[in-house]
Amino acid sequence: MSIELKNISYIYMKNTPFEHMALQNISLTINPGEFVGIIGHTGSGKSTLVQHLNGLLKPGSGEVFVDEVDLNARGNASKLAKRKVGMVFQYPEHQLFEETIAADIAFGPRSLGCEESEIKQRVCDAMEFVGLDYDTFAERSPFQLSGGQMRRVAIAGVIALKPEYLVLDEPSAGLDPRGREEIFSQIMHLYNKTGIAVIMVSHNMEEVARMATRLIVMNQGQISLDGNPREIFKNGSVSLQAAGVDVPRITALMRYLKGQGLKVDDTVITAEEGVKSILSALGGQGTC
Amino acid sequence: MQEFITVNNLCHDYAGFDGSTVLALDNISLKIAPGEFVAVIGTNGSGKSTLAKHLNALLVPTSGDCMVAGMNTKEDENLWKIRQKVGMVFQNPDNQIVATLVEEDVAFGPENLGLPPSEIRRRVDEALRFVGMEQYRQHGPHLLSGGQKQRVAIAGVLAMRPECLVLDEPTAMLDPLGRDEVLSTVCRLNRAEKITVVYITHFMEEAIAADRVVVMNSGKIMLTGTPAEIFSDVELLKSLGLDVPVAADVAYRLRKAGVSIPKNIITEQELAVALCR
Ligand SMILES: Nc1ncnc2c1ncn2[C@@H]1O[C@H](COP(=O)(O)OP(=O)(O)O)[C@@H](O)[C@H]1O
Ligand SMILES: Nc1ncnc2c1ncn2[C@@H]1O[C@H](COP(=O)(O)OP(=O)(O)O)[C@@H](O)[C@H]1O
Ligand SMILES: [Mg+2]
Ligand SMILES: [Mg+2]
Repeated sequence: MSIELKNISYIYMKNTPFEHMALQNISLTINPGEFVGIIGHTGSGKSTLVQHLNGLLKPGSGEVFVDEVDLNARGNASKLAKRKVGMVFQYPEHQLFEETIAADIAFGPRSLGCEESEIKQRVCDAMEFVGLDYDTFAERSPFQLSGGQMRRVAIAGVIALKPEYLVLDEPSAGLDPRGREEIFSQIMHLYNKTGIAVIMVSHNMEEVARMATRLIVMNQGQISLDGNPREIFKNGSVSLQAAGVDVPRITALMRYLKGQGLKVDDTVITAEEGVKSILSALGGQGTC
Repeated sequence: MQEFITVNNLCHDYAGFDGSTVLALDNISLKIAPGEFVAVIGTNGSGKSTLAKHLNALLVPTSGDCMVAGMNTKEDENLWKIRQKVGMVFQNPDNQIVATLVEEDVAFGPENLGLPPSEIRRRVDEALRFVGMEQYRQHGPHLLSGGQKQRVAIAGVLAMRPECLVLDEPTAMLDPLGRDEVLSTVCRLNRAEKITVVYITHFMEEAIAADRVVVMNSGKIMLTGTPAEIFSDVELLKSLGLDVPVAADVAYRLRKAGVSIPKNIITEQELAVALCR
């Protein structure tokens, strides 16, 4: 059971003057229960990569398997396999269109051919998961919601499909701090409660560092680092810089303090850890 | 001093979905001096964009006044002069560029002013130089990164020779690299060209660059002050659902743990100085 990419390459606008190799020979296995963060500068190929995970893009060369089924083979098996992978696009709220929130979330399960009672159950469950009270919100228009709430409706629409793998492309982009935190905590809650595998593209290093069990750094269509987030932020600074991505702000702060002579741990990735380390550096020998 | 922008008891109502009215701005008063760099922060729905649209007369007050360089935005005959003095840049880099070449896009505004070709050319050159994009003049916008697109959008506004730039979350859709590009371009324009800047952002590290920070909440101005004054009140900002710069957050937590350090720390340099005395 896994998503497996084997030697994937992808070229946009092939055989035109604008031809562009967006992915170069990517191989990757994503296992159940993993929370994979994908980072990298704009244009590094993150969105192109994740659109291969449910067959939205067909690789120019290479193969994609979901639970051993080749997504690009003909037949019903590949159609069913694609359904195991739920995809939340960037700015998914732009795709809301129904008159009520419940109708919008029901759209997916209905098109899967679910019974009405099953649909209602899935809508209820999905709304609960993203923290929208059914009685309060079901009959409202999605367009009366805040940006963060609209995005939660869009995520609920994907959860209602009961995927086994959930892909999110920059789910916090454009939200205010409160909206960002809401989205991340709902995703974390879903992950912890259901054990669904999550693949999340993000520019928010703090959150990726905190949430992901595994981090993939993309650079120019290739995977430049793949491993434990803490290890990568600790040891990967050269590759990270080359890939044009930041370390978490707290990590950068701790590095600066260490450079100024304070004996602190510069591999921390949360503010709590940072404060602890500063306190023990101060306690040890006063100041620097 | 003569203010560049004076907002007096401004209220703005929108018509809601169900025929009700939404009070988006509730009795706002604000003065902005020429050459000032003002950052505006606040959660979604607090009224930031509505305020921004008053500053170049895209909206007019339901009650109260907005004066730009001595002109009231309510008076129709001032409209073009105000729009020429105050340029707007929006969030989405992909729907602000209309032409197929960068230089054509930047020329769009001056062409509409009916300026002679030589003057248009001079303005386009200058604007692209100000944002560091002169080597991309012949590029198609689709080949640019988000940060580059936003700089082209800024150049398009600069080609109108405005006195003030209003930027509504110009970095919200950019990656960290693109955010740096846009912010440092804006800072340079403010310092070197003395352009007045009103900069709406959700990234508190960006707001530190401003002379003054305005905090909005539920259509009202809650606080204004220097970045050090605003961001040292970590509890208030968090209660409003806002972030604080990481150094301010760490300083706050250290103070709570009993470390005696000054209250107005917002940068990593200041934190290092306080800890390494
Ligand atoms: N529809 C498209 N047509 C042509 N080129 C594209 C298209 N989508 C993406 N690209 C190019 O492919 C590269 C990778 O893009 P993308 O996967 O969107 O990167 P990311 O998500 O990391 O920002 C970029 O150089 C981008 O310009
Ligand atoms: N065109 C509109 N019609 C009705 N209500 C609106 C409109 N634009 C904004 N609002 C409402 O006005 C309030 C302030 O919105 P806005 O100025 O966009 O806030 P911000 O930019 O801080 O997120 C919000 O409650 C919002 O829902
Ligand atoms: Mg992308
Ligand atoms: Mg806004």
